[in-house]
Amino acid sequence: MYLAKINITLRTSILDPQGKAVQHAIASLGMDQVRDVRMGKYIEMKISSADRAEADRIASEACKKLLANPVMENFHYTLEKV
Amino acid sequence: MSSSAIEIPSNGSPKKFGVVVFPGSNCDHDAYYVLKNIFRQDVRFLWHKDSSLEGVDAVILPGGFSYGDYLRCGAIARFSPIMKEVVSFAGNGGMVMGICNGFQILCEAGLLPGSLLRNAALTFSCRYVHLRVENASTAFTSACAPGEVLKVPIAHGEGNYFADAETLDRLTRNNQIIFRYCDAGGSVTEEANPNGSIRNIAGIINERGNIMGMMPHPERASDPALRETDGAKIFLSAIGRLVGKTHLTQAII
Repeated sequence: MYLAKINITLRTSILDPQGKAVQHAIASLGMDQVRDVRMGKYIEMKISSADRAEADRIASEACKKLLANPVMENFHYTLEKV
Repeated sequence: MSSSAIEIPSNGSPKKFGVVVFPGSNCDHDAYYVLKNIFRQDVRFLWHKDSSLEGVDAVILPGGFSYGDYLRCGAIARFSPIMKEVVSFAGNGGMVMGICNGFQILCEAGLLPGSLLRNAALTFSCRYVHLRVENASTAFTSACAPGEVLKVPIAHGEGNYFADAETLDRLTRNNQIIFRYCDAGGSVTEEANPNGSIRNIAGIINERGNIMGMMPHPERASDPALRETDGAKIFLSAIGRLVGKTHLTQAII
């Protein structure tokens, strides 16, 4: 069994109004050194496979086909044996 | 109520429309109602788990929050069994119209380019907007005059259209941008843009001209009892195309 830890982020070319709003809120707390807040998604999933290459292929396919939208998002993930 | 009449194109028998119902759709009944009661067409609901379009002539993907907007708007709906049929129907030239969440689903399914991001102002926006008809020779706009300004409501939190520069250039070159947000006078301005959509895009069509997606809700501006009826022109265009009339003159009196 492998645990995939997946991060999905907006592509850098895309404005992130949510991140910007959070940045303003942080600045209002006095931390105006904080720059460029970008929001994303974090997904964990377990993959029932003993083979790392297979788990990697499944994680990658799930990201490409469903979890991330390549028009606006990038993804990266790590795999650990559990 | 003032006496209003809508002239509906017909070749003798009503056309069959299918309105897809996903868990979380909430404008399905509005679309069904106007097609049946205002435009006198044959309408049926198509459940997302069905795998038949029941021989319909056109498919509507309605507004709402399919699958709770989980993951991304429309991301999960595109994998419904019915969507397999919609993709093959569209591939054969069938008319498909996505409204609001339906537009998001069409983008997620790859039937239309680009995607819909969170509104730039982060707020859900529910109000009337003005749309300029940028291409009045499509199956969905032929009842409009070129450059005509339509008053139609929006109701969305994720309607901020985005596509890369290459895609935008292609859409522009092929006249696939059919509606843009404008002011009441028809000027496409930043102030008239309710959600930050790139180039004020409110609706697009595929290159072949049979798949259309738009964020505003024409079904909420079709019943004369609600006074605003500009949205009817979009349905009347589609009906006109289905019955073989590509151009209509004054459709609403």
